[in-house]
Amino acid sequence: MKTNDVILQFTAKIVFFMIFFYAVHIFFAGHYTPGGGFVGGLVTASAIVLLIIAFDIKTVQSIIPINYIYLVAVGLIIAGATAAFSMFMGKPFFTHYFDYFYLPLLGKTSLHTAALFDLGVYLVVVGVTMTIIQTIGEDE
Amino acid sequence: MFQVLCIFIPILAALFMPFFFKKVRSIHTGWFVLIVPLFLVTFYATFVPLISKGETVIAQLDWIPSLGISFVSYLDGLSLLFSLLISGIGALVVLYSIYYLDRTVEQLHNFYIYLLMFMTAMLGVVQSDNMITLYLFWELTSISSFLLIGYWFNRDKSRFGALKSTIITVGGGMLMLGGFVLLSIMGETFSIRELIEQAPELATNDTFVIALILILLGAFTKSAQFPFYIWLPDAMEAPTPVSAYLHSATMVKAGIYLVARFTPIFALSEVWVWLVAGIGLLTLFWGSFFAVKQTDLKGILAFSTVSQLGLIMSLLGVSAIAYHVNGAQDTVFKYAAFAAIFHLINHATFKGSLFMIAGIVDHETGTRDIRKLGGLMGLMPISFTVALIGSFSMAGLPPFNGFLSKEMFLTAMLSVAEFDLFNFTTWGVLFPIIAWIASVFTFIYSFYFVFRTFTGKIKLEALPKKPHEAPVGMLISPVILASLVIAIFFIPNVIADTFVKPAVVAIQPFLYTNPEQVDIHVSAWHGFTPELFMTLGIIVVGLVLFMILAKWQKIYDAFPAKLTLNNLYDFIVYEFSDKWMNRLSKTYMTGSIRGYLSYMFTGIAIIVIGTLFIKDGFKVSFLGASPIRPSQVLLILVLVIGTITTVFAKSRITSIVALGAVGYTVSLFFVMFNAPDLALTQLVIETISVALFLLAFYHLPKFRKAEERTRFRFGRAFVSIAVGVMVTLVALSAHSQKYIESIAQYYKDTVYTLAGGGNIVNVILVDYRGFDTLFEITVLAIAGMAIYGMIKLRMSKKGGKL
Repeated sequence: MKTNDVILQFTAKIVFFMIFFYAVHIFFAGHYTPGGGFVGGLVTASAIVLLIIAFDIKTVQSIIPINYIYLVAVGLIIAGATAAFSMFMGKPFFTHYFDYFYLPLLGKTSLHTAALFDLGVYLVVVGVTMTIIQTIGEDE
Repeated sequence: MFQVLCIFIPILAALFMPFFFKKVRSIHTGWFVLIVPLFLVTFYATFVPLISKGETVIAQLDWIPSLGISFVSYLDGLSLLFSLLISGIGALVVLYSIYYLDRTVEQLHNFYIYLLMFMTAMLGVVQSDNMITLYLFWELTSISSFLLIGYWFNRDKSRFGALKSTIITVGGGMLMLGGFVLLSIMGETFSIRELIEQAPELATNDTFVIALILILLGAFTKSAQFPFYIWLPDAMEAPTPVSAYLHSATMVKAGIYLVARFTPIFALSEVWVWLVAGIGLLTLFWGSFFAVKQTDLKGILAFSTVSQLGLIMSLLGVSAIAYHVNGAQDTVFKYAAFAAIFHLINHATFKGSLFMIAGIVDHETGTRDIRKLGGLMGLMPISFTVALIGSFSMAGLPPFNGFLSKEMFLTAMLSVAEFDLFNFTTWGVLFPIIAWIASVFTFIYSFYFVFRTFTGKIKLEALPKKPHEAPVGMLISPVILASLVIAIFFIPNVIADTFVKPAVVAIQPFLYTNPEQVDIHVSAWHGFTPELFMTLGIIVVGLVLFMILAKWQKIYDAFPAKLTLNNLYDFIVYEFSDKWMNRLSKTYMTGSIRGYLSYMFTGIAIIVIGTLFIKDGFKVSFLGASPIRPSQVLLILVLVIGTITTVFAKSRITSIVALGAVGYTVSLFFVMFNAPDLALTQLVIETISVALFLLAFYHLPKFRKAEERTRFRFGRAFVSIAVGVMVTLVALSAHSQKYIESIAQYYKDTVYTLAGGGNIVNVILVDYRGFDTLFEITVLAIAGMAIYGMIKLRMSKKGGKL
């Protein structure tokens, strides 16, 4: 007999997006203000954990059909590739490129390859945290 | 070049022996082997005319030129004599073994490979001028001897004997290597010839005596000198051809060779004279005394070999005295080196033949126990004759070669009493006395050996086989050796001019430069000298004691059975090394991680605090310290309370929560010290880890969940406090002495201009030092993968399928 968690589930649906967007925010803000890939990833993972608490692992799995181990791999590849990219341009490993661009809609924007690297970090952190929680949670 | 390669001919030939053994089954493999020593003996015989004139021949093959290591074949009187003995007796032993070992029963390919390996090793030892290759061949003799003793490896005693001989001889070999290295450092060369040239300078060196003792230990272990002789009687488990070859004629003389070879370098030292002469004499007496006790034919011969080796060794020691005297006295000491080499040749001939006879008796009667044997004279007349010749020569009776060398031995020993350096005035008198007593026992065991075996009443019922004379092929080798025994008595000066004198020149280059200068003439009859009367005394006393042997043989029982060197060896190897050391290591290798951690922490604390004190590195300075604010004091209080709660809490859940409190306080510290990124991360990570701790707590097995306070142990508290003190001291002194400016300013200056960012922490993580981050996320990925693997891929309880 399962108790009816209607309030929890309803709140979770809303709060999930708030946490998620906060995570996205601190991820992008990381280069200038506190935050970055690592914390962003952790916060994102906590948003998903909230969903798992409110519903259950199988439901969340069907809502977010991601194999987190692949996510880890993708993150590692992005991070590694970003770092290796400069080698093809004849620069040392891990040389970053950045500049300011005028993009439509966004206006003057700073684009930095470090953000790509941070994206890798973000994906790995989300992937690893979720893998750990999911495997332990599913364990009998 | 070819001369060097000759050393390797036996071992190269050994490669083909399994082929002959497997493919040519109808012919005894020994016949193919026989070609090798026969070729070598003819090859080395061609050098005889040259070497006997005093020339030397040298050939070199570089092995590791950059280190000055090379294979050298250096032939002078000494090494040529040994090479001829090795190849000559080798040929006789191979011939003998063809009839001794059955080709259908025995693993002949193994036997001959080991034997040929040994031949190469031995030739290498005696011809090497380079000490490193000398050591290489030296150990190869130990290894091949090990293999040969353990040839019948399914017998316990063989394995025991093989192990014992290897432990002792290889141990000595290692020490010898140490001596070689010391010598090479002193003389800056590995070449023995070059070392001899600078002998006087070497003697002034501090490590000279250490090198001397180390090399002597090598020689003594190999040559079965007191107290290292114990391996030789146990090595008698080897097949008899092996005993005859290795353990009487060649390998045990490697130590003799080494002592002879190094005499020119070390003769200057008093320690050398005393050790070599003294230990040699002690071994001579000890071996001869205990030989009479033995009941095994080969046991008697083993102790007799020990004793005879002691004789040669003591002569070499006395020959070193010749360096210290001149004028009228040195003529007597010159005898010593001559007698040593002469007796070496004689011993090889008569002991080889005696071993072969012991083998024949064993082979034809099925036993070597002297208590079961007797009266074989009529059944085995040829063997008896050979044994008689060998034994009489060993006892030192005319007309056999042993008589000549025994006389010279007594001459040399008598002269020691007149020597007046190095305390020899007080102790030198003992030398001829001990030598005489040992000779009496030698006489007794020689008679004991031959007459107990061949005369008296035959005990047919006690013998496993019906005895009869050995096949002709088996008798060829002992007969050849026995004829040599007699021949040398009648032509001693031919042998002396050809072999002995060049060898003496090699031992005493400081006395002679040419063999012709060695003015010693051997004669069977040398007038009514003290030596002759001593020999007469030996014969009379020996005969009397032999007649009443049964009456006094009981005195051997008086020796306590527990206080023997063999028991000491067993104690060291089995009791001490095996059991005691095992017990000792079990006291600290407990398998408890707690124990190992306390060793590590104590070790680190001692090393670090000790270094701080010894190097006077501890300093405290509060220069540049920030002011302390009340809020920080409050936080520290919380932190301390949290820590204390964690350690002393009764239940685990309290500890977990207290640990969480500590974590959050740390995060607050980060806030206070302006590290927002750290604070954020710490907060989230602390939450996750506390959740994981709770998970682990929840899954603890029920029956062991009993809540228990951590028990207080004084030792653990002490170690913890020591580590805490250590870390505090190091942190304080590290903070108090800053010698290098921080590089933080560079980051501050360039974070925007070079890296295009504002958050220094993040820019350092992804840009300045992104390399670290790359591998930290790899670490995370591996941790995640490992947890996934551990949980999902559990083996079923029965094992097997995933």
